[in-house]
Amino acid sequence: MAQSRPVTVSGARNAPPFLVDIPRRLLSIVPLAVLQPVLDRIASHVARARPRLFARLGPHTDKRYLIDPVDLPFVLVLIPNSARPFLKAYPRNDKVDYDAGIAGRFINLLTMIDASLDGDALFFTRDLRVVGDVEAVVALRNALDDCDGSIVDTITAAFGPLAGPAGLALSAVRRMTAGHRPM
Amino acid sequence: MSATEFHRPELVCPAGTPAAARAAVDAGADAVYCGLQNATNARNFPGLNFTEEEIAETVDYVHGRGAKILLAVNTFPPAGKFDLWRDAIDLAVRRGIDAVIVADIGVASYASSRYPALRVHLSVQAGASSPEAIRFYCEEFGVKRVVLPRMLTVSEIADIHRQIPCEIEAFVFGNIGMMAEGRCSLTNYATGVSTNMDGICSAAGDVHYDEDRDGNLTVRLGNFVLDRFGCNESAGYPTICKGRYSCAARTEPYYAFEEPVTLNLSALLPDLMRAGVTALKIEGRQRSRAYVKAVVAAFRKAVDDIGSGKEAKLADLIALTEGYRETEGAFRSKTWR
Repeated sequence: MAQSRPVTVSGARNAPPFLVDIPRRLLSIVPLAVLQPVLDRIASHVARARPRLFARLGPHTDKRYLIDPVDLPFVLVLIPNSARPFLKAYPRNDKVDYDAGIAGRFINLLTMIDASLDGDALFFTRDLRVVGDVEAVVALRNALDDCDGSIVDTITAAFGPLAGPAGLALSAVRRMTAGHRPM
Repeated sequence: MSATEFHRPELVCPAGTPAAARAAVDAGADAVYCGLQNATNARNFPGLNFTEEEIAETVDYVHGRGAKILLAVNTFPPAGKFDLWRDAIDLAVRRGIDAVIVADIGVASYASSRYPALRVHLSVQAGASSPEAIRFYCEEFGVKRVVLPRMLTVSEIADIHRQIPCEIEAFVFGNIGMMAEGRCSLTNYATGVSTNMDGICSAAGDVHYDEDRDGNLTVRLGNFVLDRFGCNESAGYPTICKGRYSCAARTEPYYAFEEPVTLNLSALLPDLMRAGVTALKIEGRQRSRAYVKAVVAAFRKAVDDIGSGKEAKLADLIALTEGYRETEGAFRSKTWR
C-alpha cells in the first residue's frame, strides 16, 4: 500500500559540516529540469550494468522507494524495475506516494551504497531512517550490497562525457570521508 | 601467550551475498559461511543469500584463494517438507562445499549417511552445550566440529574441550540474542513465522517503524510494541528479545530478555585459544560488505598479532555495534545475566 510523505528527517548528526556541505552546495543549485535527464540515464545504465541487482529484489521490483537525502532540496523516487527503471526527483515539499522510504544525509546514503558504510550501523545510530515497507527496504539494501565494486562508480559512468569529472569529484568526496564513521 | 603456545585458529566469517564472501576472503577470512535463498538457513532474509550458480562461483573464488566455504543448513524441517533440506545437502556436495553446518538430527543423519566423506559441523542452533550432547552428535553423525552456544564461560569451554572428540567453534563478535539457541519461539508467537523452521527472526514484513515529530522512534513487530527510543537514543535490532517492556510489577520499561548490545571477545582471544577453540566465528550474514570487511580485517590482525607473540590491538569496532555497546556476555562470567 502506498504511503504519503512528508519524510523530513533530521536524524543525521555525524559527518563534519564542511564535508556534508560539499555535495549539498553542488546539488542544491541544480534545477530539477537539468537533473532529471541525468537521473533517467543513471536508471537505465544501472539496469543494464547490474542485472543481478534486480533478481535479488524478488517481489519488490515494482515498489516505489522514496530516497530522501535530508540535506538536499529534493527527494528521489525509485522503482527498480529492470525493464522500466524509474528514478525521478521531486521538490522536497511535493506530496509523493511511496511504499518504502529511506532517509539520511546525502553523504551517508552515498557512502552506504558505495559499500563503505554499514546500513545497520547507520540505523543503530539513528543516522538512517526507514519508513513504510521494511521488507522492501531490506531487500534493496541487500541487493545493492551485493554489487561488485562500487555501484556509485556505475552511476558516475552513466554521466557519459562527464563521467571523468564526475569520477574525480567522487574520488575527492571519498578521500575526504575516508575513515568517517557514524558517531 | 607466546608464539610457541599458539595454535592458529581458523577465522570463520559471514557471507550474506557473493560480494560479502569475496570481501571476507580478501580481508583475511580462513573460511566463509553462507546460506541458500530459502528456509534451510537461519538468515532467510529478503535479498540475502545465494543461488546455486552463485554458490558455484563463490566456491571457485574462495578455493582459489586457499580459503574454505561452509553452507549453513541449520534450520529444522517441518513435517512433510524434508525435501528442501535434503536438496540443500545434495547441492553442497555437488558444488564442492567444504562442510555443512546442521542442527536437525534428520538433516545430520541424511548428510552423514548419504555422504560419508562430507564434513559435518553442528550449528549453534542445535543448542548442544554439554559434553554428553556433543558426544552423541559425534558418535551418531560423525560431527567434526561443534559451534558452541553463547552461554558458556571460557573455563567451561575448556572443560568441554577436554571431554569431546571434535573441534570447537566459538563466536567472538556480533549479534547475540536469546541464550536458548534453536529453541526461541518469540517471533513465531508474534508473527506466525518460525525462526527455527522458516529461518526468519523478526520477519521484516512485520516490522514497523514510526517516528514522531520530536524524533522519538517506536518499533513494532506485528501488533507488539518492542521499544520506544528517544530522539537521541541509539537503536537496536527490531527483535522481541532486545525490546523494552513494562508490566504490572515493573512499570518502568526494562529489558526483559536481552539488551541491544554486540558481543566482542577480542580481549579474550588468547584465553579462547588456550581453551582449545579451533575456530573463531564472526556473526553477521545479514550485515553489509562494509561490516564484513572491517570486522574480518580487525580480527585477522588480532589473531596474527597473538600468533607472533605480540599483544593484540583490535581496531575500534564500536561504530558497528548494536546500541553502540559491546559485551563479553557469558564468556567471562555468568554474572552477566
